[in-house]
Amino acid sequence: MSDTATTNENLHPGMNLGYSGDAEHAEVTVFGFWTFLMSDLVTFGIVFAIFATMKDATAGGPGPAEVTNLTSIAMQTALLLGSSFAFSWASLSMKYHDIIWRTLGWLAIAATSALGFLMLELYDFYHMIKEGAVPQRSGFLSALWALVGLHGLHVAGGLLWMAAMTGQILKFGLTDQIKSRITRMGLYWHFLDLVWVGIFSMVYLAGVA
Amino acid sequence: MRRVLDKLELTARNREEYEERRFYTIGLVLSVVLTVMSFMSVMTDYLPVTWVFPALVILALGQILVHIRIFLHIDLSRQKREDLLMLLFTILLLGIMAFGTIWVVGDMNMRMMQGH
Repeated sequence: MSDTATTNENLHPGMNLGYSGDAEHAEVTVFGFWTFLMSDLVTFGIVFAIFATMKDATAGGPGPAEVTNLTSIAMQTALLLGSSFAFSWASLSMKYHDIIWRTLGWLAIAATSALGFLMLELYDFYHMIKEGAVPQRSGFLSALWALVGLHGLHVAGGLLWMAAMTGQILKFGLTDQIKSRITRMGLYWHFLDLVWVGIFSMVYLAGVA
Repeated sequence: MRRVLDKLELTARNREEYEERRFYTIGLVLSVVLTVMSFMSVMTDYLPVTWVFPALVILALGQILVHIRIFLHIDLSRQKREDLLMLLFTILLLGIMAFGTIWVVGDMNMRMMQGH
């Protein structure tokens, strides 16, 4: 028992695999997932760079001040940070308590917050369309829709992933494989929150400043 | 004896759990503080206009560092060395590509303005 406790200290956080046999494999898959995240970071970074070159290309159409609803952005920021935090609580429940419902409860909170985030984002998009701030209106708007939309699609994909993980937990319980998958999902989820920090600061706040 | 050991291990695990929860909570508090400061710098007049953008950049970088350290668990330990190296290499690549894009396209924009 104490042996596993000491070896577990060297593992990726959020994991309690119970024996060291599978630990190395889990490390490798987490590293592989980290590779994917970094390639995703390159994608986001390039779209950010394009946005930076396009930020003044409004072509007489709606500019940053017209398309930004700061109250909505603040609420979205709070919801996504809350979701990220709830997910870390789900990971800790999974690591320290083998109670399925506790983990599932925090996952549900994380998913509900993220759903709220997406609803507000879609509401903002709806308003932009109504005001004629559509992607084809100007270079600025194309870049804005591409960047915010890309992030939104990632969040929507994360929600599907969460639903799939909920189903897997209900069917298989908190097995080592499921724990490893949830650890990777956690990395993805916190990474999306990190990208959002860039979006709300550099796109929305810097846009209206 | 066995039961005593199990119990000790349980308290050690409890302490570990407590430490981890505290760590995440610190991350949350720091993120909220930095986010509120970002929004305040734009929504209020405390900061002179010229300082707003640099402040936003610094606050965003600060929050990104908090996220990387606390939520993504990247540190300077040997075990995280590979993750850290990949992150740094990605930032290098991104720096070259993003800076290059902004430079080239920005220069092109300037040259196309000359006719006007």
